[in-house]
Amino acid sequence: MKIFVCIKQVPDTETKIKITPDQNGIDTAGIKWVLNPYDEYAVEEAVKLRDANAGSQVWVLSVGPKSRVVESLRTALAMGADEAIVVNAENLDNYSTAKALAEVIKAEGDAKVIFSGKLAIDDNSSSVSQMLAEFLNAPHTTVVSKFSFGGENVVVERDIEGGAKEVVQMMTPAVVAANKGLNMPRYASLPGIMKAKKKVIKEIEFASLNIPASDIKVKYSSFTLPADKPPVKMIAGDAAAQTAELVKLLRDEAKVL
Amino acid sequence: MGKILVFAEHTNGKLKRSSIELLQAAAKSGNTVSAVVFGSHAADVAAAAGQNGANEVHLFKDASLDAYNPELFTANIASAVEKIQPSIILASASSVGKDLFPRVAARLGAGVASDCTELTISGDSVTATKPMYSGKCFAKVGFENASLKIVLMRANQLPVAAADAGKSASVVEQAVAKPDLKTLIKEIVKGTSEKLDLTEANIIVGGGRGLKEAANFKILNDLADVLGATVGASRAVVDAGWVGHGMQVGQTGKTVAPSLYIAVGISGAIQHLAGMSGSKVIVAINNDPNAPIFQKATYGIVGDALEIVPKLTEEFKKALHH
Repeated sequence: MKIFVCIKQVPDTETKIKITPDQNGIDTAGIKWVLNPYDEYAVEEAVKLRDANAGSQVWVLSVGPKSRVVESLRTALAMGADEAIVVNAENLDNYSTAKALAEVIKAEGDAKVIFSGKLAIDDNSSSVSQMLAEFLNAPHTTVVSKFSFGGENVVVERDIEGGAKEVVQMMTPAVVAANKGLNMPRYASLPGIMKAKKKVIKEIEFASLNIPASDIKVKYSSFTLPADKPPVKMIAGDAAAQTAELVKLLRDEAKVL
Repeated sequence: MGKILVFAEHTNGKLKRSSIELLQAAAKSGNTVSAVVFGSHAADVAAAAGQNGANEVHLFKDASLDAYNPELFTANIASAVEKIQPSIILASASSVGKDLFPRVAARLGAGVASDCTELTISGDSVTATKPMYSGKCFAKVGFENASLKIVLMRANQLPVAAADAGKSASVVEQAVAKPDLKTLIKEIVKGTSEKLDLTEANIIVGGGRGLKEAANFKILNDLADVLGATVGASRAVVDAGWVGHGMQVGQTGKTVAPSLYIAVGISGAIQHLAGMSGSKVIVAINNDPNAPIFQKATYGIVGDALEIVPKLTEEFKKALHH
């Protein structure tokens, strides 16, 4: 069986974001790119599942400009994934990305579990895994913090509001989007990194998948930086004076009480 | 003018505030507003939906829709869309909304804009604004190649006016679709908190390492009780095991946008700021005057959290009960 992991490369949280002059996106010069943090949980769970099931393989997929996203694929290979595929594309949205992933997974075949992170920290959309599941006619669960595999089905725990959890059983093939808490992602070992460097990554051109341009449904534009915020008002005095003043400001100035 | 379908979420028949925001925004646009309500308590929501701007309320009244099942909900939203023929769907970027509507979009060939903070409806076209890169910038989300446009809004972003008791909606009971399912909800394990979820809370009190030990979260709970607030936490104290991950605010936790966020003993690592910088008013209480949280704060107090917080609780009691 094949275990797929769909990953995304995103700007590191510490990276400073600059907007392009036409305001249609961010200036990618100087950005440090990393594997989306939630996708690390997805890769880890896939590798653990592979190790527990002899004869299975972990295939890691990413859609994006191949010259840079292959780096994140190599990170996943170094963590233990067996094979990697890049779909070379730019300026897709979530819908067309999910379509591309679905086409590749269908063509490779033998999918049992398809992992991803619960969201990518760049646009916070948490959409692709559910769309992918629909295109594959497979069930999905997102925000998963516990996973167990039973062959014809999987049982997962989904974190919902107020600290509650849903225990969900799905028939395989199933799509599982990982939350923090699912596992502790391993660090890539040095031999793992060396092996990953030599691995041939399969390349697919987005155009070859025959996905129509009308499958791009959403477009981001008019990027702006947040408005300058007035400087913080520091409240001086002893604790009694500080707290009395704060409550007064919240009630009379900020009007949030 | 077209039709706007609002997915009205409720807790046992009580309409959620986040859904009221959407109904009122939809009503202001001049379109026909069709509220869709699921579950055995659906009928209890009809009056409130009408008073908040719905013209029609479509009830999918069945106990099978009390618990969220992605496949079952997708099938029933698809059937609602077929009956109502909306050009826009508005829903909350809630636990259910974020999970459900991308799947609905894929089934119906619709576009979906998730996690939005601003909404502009003009006729049957809609644009939204959403934070990108952890709130470091904002982008407009426009739709193309999509006759059906879905916007998922964060809670507490749109104004809410008092409900108009003189208004009411026509109520239609719809047949509930029951497709074959590959997903089975085996159990729902209740959380420890009865309070509003962090993502919906209007006031949040967040605690970090400055509280010194897990037991001191009690003073935050006391403060939160007085304010009707929900308690959150920084990653540091979640990783230290003081509180559960469900309480984590920030990059690998929850993104929140309350009217008031009180950060107690939280230094303000960029990952934490990523999850709460959308808060309208931020209060920082920290003993380190150089803590980065003060750069994001509206009001700052330098001091010992263990001394300040109990006093603050007393002050709020006085202010709120007079």
